Amino acid sequence: MKPLNSLRFRMNALFRRSQVNAEMDDELSAHLQLRADDLERSGLPRAEAERRARIEFGGYSRVKEECHEEAGGTFVESVGQDLRLAVRMLRKSPGFTLVAVVTLALGIGANALVFAVLNALILRPLDLPQAHSLYGIEDKGGSGYESYPDYLDLRDRNRSFESLAAFNITQAGLDTGKDPAPVWVYETSGNYFDTLGVQPHMGRVLHASDEHGENSAPYIVLSHAFWHSHFQDNPGVVGKTVQLNKHPYTIVGIAPPAFHGTLLFFSPDIFVPIVNHEQLGGPGVLNDRGKRWVFELLGHLKPGVTPAQAVTDLNSVGAYLEESYPKEDGNISFALGRPGLYGSFLGGPVKAFVAGLMLLAGLILLAACANLGSLFAARAADRSREVALRLALGSSRGRILRQLMTEATLIALMGGALGLVGSIAMLRQLSEWQPFPRFPIHVPVSPDAKVYVVALVLALVSGLLFGIVPVRHVFRTSPYEIVKAGSTGMVGRRITARDVLLVVQIAICAVLVTASMVAVRGLMRSLHSSFGFDPENVVLAESELSMAGYSGDKVPVMQKRMIDAVATIPGVQSVGLSNTVPLNMDSGTGTVYSDKETDLRPSNAAAKPYLFNVSPGYFEATGTTVLAGRTFSWHDDENAPRVAVVNREFARRVLGSAEDSVGRYYKTKDGVRVQVVGIVENGKYFNLTENQEAALFVPILQSPMSQSWMAVRSSRDPEQMIPAVREKLRELDSGLPVYIQPWTKEIQGVLFPMRMATVSLGILGVMGAMLSITGIFGMAAYSVSKRIREFGIRIALGAQRKEVLRPALGRAFKLLAVGSVAGLVLGLMATRVLASIVYQATPRDPLVLAGVVLAMLLLGLVATWIPAQRALAADPLVLLHEE
Amino acid sequence: MTDQAQILPGTLDLLILRAVSLGPLHGYGILLRIGQISGNALLIEQGALYPGLFRLVRQGLLKASWGTSENNRKAKFYELTAAGRERLQEETDNWNRLVTAIGAALAPQAEEA
Repeated sequence: MKPLNSLRFRMNALFRRSQVNAEMDDELSAHLQLRADDLERSGLPRAEAERRARIEFGGYSRVKEECHEEAGGTFVESVGQDLRLAVRMLRKSPGFTLVAVVTLALGIGANALVFAVLNALILRPLDLPQAHSLYGIEDKGGSGYESYPDYLDLRDRNRSFESLAAFNITQAGLDTGKDPAPVWVYETSGNYFDTLGVQPHMGRVLHASDEHGENSAPYIVLSHAFWHSHFQDNPGVVGKTVQLNKHPYTIVGIAPPAFHGTLLFFSPDIFVPIVNHEQLGGPGVLNDRGKRWVFELLGHLKPGVTPAQAVTDLNSVGAYLEESYPKEDGNISFALGRPGLYGSFLGGPVKAFVAGLMLLAGLILLAACANLGSLFAARAADRSREVALRLALGSSRGRILRQLMTEATLIALMGGALGLVGSIAMLRQLSEWQPFPRFPIHVPVSPDAKVYVVALVLALVSGLLFGIVPVRHVFRTSPYEIVKAGSTGMVGRRITARDVLLVVQIAICAVLVTASMVAVRGLMRSLHSSFGFDPENVVLAESELSMAGYSGDKVPVMQKRMIDAVATIPGVQSVGLSNTVPLNMDSGTGTVYSDKETDLRPSNAAAKPYLFNVSPGYFEATGTTVLAGRTFSWHDDENAPRVAVVNREFARRVLGSAEDSVGRYYKTKDGVRVQVVGIVENGKYFNLTENQEAALFVPILQSPMSQSWMAVRSSRDPEQMIPAVREKLRELDSGLPVYIQPWTKEIQGVLFPMRMATVSLGILGVMGAMLSITGIFGMAAYSVSKRIREFGIRIALGAQRKEVLRPALGRAFKLLAVGSVAGLVLGLMATRVLASIVYQATPRDPLVLAGVVLAMLLLGLVATWIPAQRALAADPLVLLHEE
Repeated sequence: MTDQAQILPGTLDLLILRAVSLGPLHGYGILLRIGQISGNALLIEQGALYPGLFRLVRQGLLKASWGTSENNRKAKFYELTAAGRERLQEETDNWNRLVTAIGAALAPQAEEA
């Protein structure tokens, strides 16, 4: 018969079940009547004839069941029956169902989450046409910076790329007539959009034909998001002229909504031609072959060109460059990387991080399955009487297995759905999250079909995995034995695979708990440790004076005016200015030589201190303690002798002693002798986990910088200070974009990695704890239910609580102890790794040790509480009744 | 009763088709007809007939309709479909070939004698 026909038949049989049933009854009873008629005719009384007819017919319901089966409804139908029964069984034991579903939701949720991240960051290429043939060029070190002239040579001389585009990231001040603000800019080569195949949402994009030499293309393409948030989707802005760093630019178009540039994490506000780099704050570098500042080159490989061929081709261009420009281009060697994560530079660590997460998530799922397996096994044992009864009544083992599998699958699907919902909620949070308020950095993870499929497959596979555990049990069940004897099986004394799994699980949990406690303690300590400055009550105002058209001699004049103006705000105690502030993640370094050094080669440098160009008042405003000597005044200008303030570490390394070094000299790389006039306390400069570094402070009047971070210390609430400072600076120059924030907030960025580590360890620790709880609970509940009769009798004979609890829970606690100790030891060892991320993470902390022991003990108590109550409440009378 | 033979597995369907080939019958009638045409030599459990009927209907070899029996009882009548008639012919030929072959195999052979 045709399969379609068969299906129709089955469906008919299914949906017309009641009708079919009634007809079947009619037909069979007609048979009985007809037979009885015949028997009556042969002389039997009617009643006797009907009785005989029924006996001759045989098992009425069995025949009906077989008829149903033959009529074709049975498979779908019995699945329906299984489902209904499964729902009923699960509803009868809500505790079991809840524990199972939550356990699985944890496992699957964690995996779906990690997979979604993996999918978004690694599997899914940039959302661009033909993304598979798009490659970025990087050098062997993984960084992609090139100089602009080198880019032009690479673009014109390579034979592998269809076209080669370049982009750079910078910040510029955008003035649209009101409220000038810094915006993030992609400076792009003219062919950037055409290389990527990006069409404008409105107006036009940039083209190679726009470029006619330096500063020749004053055009802006807005990102869709920026257009939406700053111009309210107004189509009239296309063609409008705005001020960018005080230069007039024309908005020529809007990028499509899906295009966020070619870095996954970093979305720009606007796109500007790279030939205008000079106006965007990079004077004199566009045509300098020695200045490598172009962020990344990228393009599509020509059809048929392999990456290896392209690398060979690029290296031959590199050889040409080396030969032609030996001074600027030495030792060039290229590689190709995937754009989006900035090739292998970011891609490598991100991949390693996600792989680590995936491993952890996999472990969690495995542990969840193991727990569920033991929960199900315990349940199967509890249900052995039911199973035996069903077997005795003629149910097939296959049917019973299918029933168990249906239950397992149902739980798996519920757990999977719950886990998926949870992970989607978390992904949404993650997508909206901006870890660094000053940068347009976000993590673009949104689940797609692949994530749903993975979650579903995981759910089903794990459902089958733990559903299989009780199978052996069912096959060994002998209905006769069990119905006769009741459930009196003794708990095995040998060490089972399940015990080992549980110990491993507890150990993993203890590792996570230990690590997260170490991390939390480290975080707390680092928040209260000395940074070498005091961020409390300080507001930072960041501005780039070149954005408002200041350059050369006008910069220091404006900076002094800014300081003087802000100092007049009531409540302000001190104001200082620097090109950057510590822990800002953009600190630069200088090279210094000891005063005696005559051979000024880089290898002879005495130190590479962090370098800060600071104004008078800086040390007071930042709260940096001056240990000896003086700080700067407005007289330390270009006409005065060169002076510097250094930290203790600098004095120790370069000047020979930390204490009495005031007045000594060091040499710059140009051989200029600089006198040290003051010594300040040591501090943290780049991140909190760094070793003590040397720091050098030079007067801003002797080496001017247009990048200005103004620190304003006041007795007022920083949140009140922000508008006051903004107002003052606007009075000075309404066209200067300023970014103002309390320093305590600004510093969050540097705490970010350890926050992340602490939070993720904490989450994993909680997950591990929940899994351990269900694991121990499953085991303890199982052993108690197995021996409940024994406990009842013991209690009846006068046993003390302790004497009941020891056999009931001793094993669970023994496993817990073994696992915890193993985990604690491992966790303390893992802390060494953690110390590189979290400042002052140390395992030698009695609080951590006590915390872990307490946490594990608490965990054991929670997990065994219910089984213990059950064991103690064993009432011999009730139990004996049951038998 | 003892001289009745258990029917071979798989032959019930053939017997049903054969019984119905002579005209529409209800279940009980099919039993009687089989008894009649086999000279009461075959034993069929009454209940076992019905799963067979449902199977044949599902395979499209029989079709069923409700009617009234000779003694005025409502009953379901079965008759052959075209496919059923074809199948009956095939199965009968098969059976005959089988019987001939097995008969020949079991017959005393000259060489053995």
